[in-house]
Amino acid sequence: MTVNEAERTTAPAAWQGFQDGAWREGIDVRDFIQRNYRPYEGDGAFLTGPTERTAAVWAKVSGMFAEERRRGIHDVDVSTPSSITSHAPGYIDHDRELVVGLQTDAPLKRAIMPAGGLRMVESGLAAYGYEIDPVVRKIFTEYRKSHNTGVFDAYTPEILRARKAGIITGLPDAYGRGRIIGDYRRVALYGVDRLIEGKRAERARLDSRPSTEDVVRDREELAEQLRALAELKRMAASYGFDISGPAATAQEAFQWLYFGYLAAVKEQNGAAMSFGRTSTFLDIYLSRDLAEGRIDEDRAQELVDDMVIKLRIIRFLRTPEYDELFSGDPTWVTESIGGMGEDGRTLVTRTSYRYLQTLYNLGPAPEPNLTVLWSPRLPEPFKRFCAEVSIATSSLQYENDDLIRPRFGDDTSIACCVSAMETGKRMQFFGARVNLAKALLYAINGGRDEITGVQVAPARPPVTAERLDYDEVRAAYDVMLDWLAATYVDALNIIHYMHDKYAYERIEMALHDHPVMRSLACGIAGLSVAADSLSAIRHANVTAIRDATGLAVDYRIEGDYPAYGNNDDSADRIAVELVESFMEKIRRHPSYRGAEHTLSVLTITSNVVYGRHTGNTPDGRRAGEPFAPGANPMNGRDRHGMVAAALSIAKLPYDRARDGISLTETVTPAGLGRTPEERAVNLAGILDGYTDAGGFHMNVNVLDRETLLDAMENPEKYPQLTIRVSGYAVNFVRLTREQQQDVVHRTFHGSL
Amino acid sequence: MSARERVLREADEELLLRADPGGLTGAVNSWDLSTGVDGPGTRFVVFTGGCPLRCLYCENPETWRMRDATRTTVDALMAEIVKYRRFISVAGGGVTISGGEPLLQPAFTGELLHRCRALGLHTALDTSGFLGGRADDRLLSDTDLVLLDIKAGTPDVYRRLTGRELAPTLRFAERLAELGKPVWVRYVLVPGHTDAPEEVEGVASFVAAMPNVEHVDILPFHRLGTAKYDRLGLPFPLADVEPPSADIVARTREMFQAHGVDAR
Repeated sequence: MTVNEAERTTAPAAWQGFQDGAWREGIDVRDFIQRNYRPYEGDGAFLTGPTERTAAVWAKVSGMFAEERRRGIHDVDVSTPSSITSHAPGYIDHDRELVVGLQTDAPLKRAIMPAGGLRMVESGLAAYGYEIDPVVRKIFTEYRKSHNTGVFDAYTPEILRARKAGIITGLPDAYGRGRIIGDYRRVALYGVDRLIEGKRAERARLDSRPSTEDVVRDREELAEQLRALAELKRMAASYGFDISGPAATAQEAFQWLYFGYLAAVKEQNGAAMSFGRTSTFLDIYLSRDLAEGRIDEDRAQELVDDMVIKLRIIRFLRTPEYDELFSGDPTWVTESIGGMGEDGRTLVTRTSYRYLQTLYNLGPAPEPNLTVLWSPRLPEPFKRFCAEVSIATSSLQYENDDLIRPRFGDDTSIACCVSAMETGKRMQFFGARVNLAKALLYAINGGRDEITGVQVAPARPPVTAERLDYDEVRAAYDVMLDWLAATYVDALNIIHYMHDKYAYERIEMALHDHPVMRSLACGIAGLSVAADSLSAIRHANVTAIRDATGLAVDYRIEGDYPAYGNNDDSADRIAVELVESFMEKIRRHPSYRGAEHTLSVLTITSNVVYGRHTGNTPDGRRAGEPFAPGANPMNGRDRHGMVAAALSIAKLPYDRARDGISLTETVTPAGLGRTPEERAVNLAGILDGYTDAGGFHMNVNVLDRETLLDAMENPEKYPQLTIRVSGYAVNFVRLTREQQQDVVHRTFHGSL
Repeated sequence: MSARERVLREADEELLLRADPGGLTGAVNSWDLSTGVDGPGTRFVVFTGGCPLRCLYCENPETWRMRDATRTTVDALMAEIVKYRRFISVAGGGVTISGGEPLLQPAFTGELLHRCRALGLHTALDTSGFLGGRADDRLLSDTDLVLLDIKAGTPDVYRRLTGRELAPTLRFAERLAELGKPVWVRYVLVPGHTDAPEEVEGVASFVAAMPNVEHVDILPFHRLGTAKYDRLGLPFPLADVEPPSADIVARTREMFQAHGVDAR
């Protein structure tokens, strides 16, 4: 008997009917998918609406949203620091739920996670009228140090100044860094016991290595991972499930997988807690059950709907300032759908459709953050369906599968908004972003802040000429960006050292291979403001207006200048150069744990807050005015429509911004065509053209300005109105007034 | 002389202006990329300057006079269009020459259409048809689609609305029908002007006899151009006219459909 035959006879019954391959010997979910999935090239005619059961569960939990919106949070457990096993089982409607499990013992009841930072917990509670249990406070002040404390122990005065001035912002130093996606599919495919066995083997391979600092840390982390896996089993057992073995049915596969994810969100308040790429994996289980007559299409859709309901109510306790930065209550439960396989077959399955169908069955919603990996080679009916869903719900984002696949492979998931990760093989150290526009003002002012006058960066000779000279400003900017890159990487190295030490993502990392690939995900904001300012200085006459202390506080612009976002190389090239040169500068500084340096051009909704903290800029933007989101051109400066703007953004080189480049487009329905069919075809065509041109990411909103204005005045009429902003979908009515105004003022592309 | 008379006299001058007969330069107001409104798909749209009509509802008064436009060479425009060639071919779409009235500069318009066609791009001509006589056969053979704006169904209303005669447009339409040239008819629905049954009937029965008309776009009147009139210091003649109700739009569509015309 050969080894293979021996294995086949001992293979678990749960795997019956699956094609065997390398996935049976090692942990290899991709191999399992490739050997077992069935591409689907048809249309969405097979889809079904919500069942009574689905409608009842959704009605029960969504009925609580109004109260939650009114109070800020629905409820919170102030005395139990959350862990995988901290809370008793919770249900929405126990008899009706098909996939069970909540973060605490009741829906929408939030948990506290003080290991990330006690201050965040305390101010989050205070904002909503709660107080932390004194015992917990005592533990996390007297006995147990948090990530937040660790970071501030190691920050330098220079980092603190840069952080306070808002030139480096949004750093995950007081909250969970997130953006780590466990390969939750492993729980379903293998069962936890097999995963424990795999982790033990990984750990054993370190036994013979000398106990250097790196090896000791790896061993401790693997031990923590093993502990977390054991706790995962215990949590599932508390709900009455034994997940030590593989899932045997579709319902079990959904349940096992979701338990894996639930364990992660019970322990980490990460900035983005993304879900992975699960639809085609789960399709294999649904197809098997459908083929064997165990379930019908209604039940298949119900399972998807039920799991998505769970993903829609993931909640974290955060501060109002955090919510202001990121809009509403974001969790970035990003699920990546579709794409093409390396062998040329599409990875679209019927379950890809079923996931999108949830936006009809349950109505539009920001979470889960449904992300379509787009290629012009996707099946035409699927492209059409996606476009229709976008037009109807504005809830989808698109990423360029033809850029991702050759670099990361065809089993890549998007973390957060635009960060591509080989699932279960790569994690990232999330690094928020620096303010490139403010850095330009610092360059002109010799390192002094244009609002406070404080010397933030090391003193340098300021630019003193009245009329700004491009070469002089560019040279000063280059030096300033050198400083910014050095200070920024320094800060990130401290943060991630401490995060690993005090708030290690045990369960998420247990669902990764060891050793894992790591990225240091740096980011920039204000790209279009910086590029336009430089273009103005080069092509128009820009004179600085200085106050009594010599600080340049305003700029007078005479003449026109080409603006970024019009597919005009003379301006776009400046933006390209900025991305390229900042990436180079980042790369010069060694990263913690040898992580690969990457860069994103992404702001989410923080473009509003960045703008507020930035003075007048040489492009004519007034102090306090919001930046454009992500890599977008500045509002109103893209004069030739959405396509010209998109082609400008497509010039930004993905290989120098591998953490992603975000474009948000808002178009009126009439701006896509006169009939629904025309609109869907035209939108799919635009996505094809943009992807073909090398554009990386696009958010698509199809909205009337009037709808948004009405929603501002009558929020109760639009509880589910969802819009996309720079990599993320938000509930429009949960935005601050200022953010709502920014969205309304933002360029609407549409023929009038 | 009334304000309307002054405006119409000014329009007469546009007809007398000599466009560059070689067609290598033209008066161009602007260019833009649009989707789904100026022909199929995503299109590069050239708005030429100058128009012999002065439609009461015109939303682009800045395009009335050739002298307000920018002299632009065909080469310069083609350099811009080439940047979008790949996108348009992948996304689906083409190039539309609109205005103003592009047939006020037939040599220039013809040259643009010819070169776009040579690049393999789908070409469309957006015109009132009033100057259809200026479009030679070569120009039409370089045009894949004509967006023909038939503005009224009776000569009187057409004259009141545009200051011109309806007959040349109808003659041009007949010529397009003989050539079998694909046409999308545009009909702007203006309450109190073109929503009368005899107007709609007039256009519908005429169009019904044209097998080359693929469909009719009913475009509800709107007042979004008002701000442009204010900027130019011109009175907007229809400032007090409300956009048509959904019912009137639906009724108009049904009247076209009753003639077997696909109206959208």
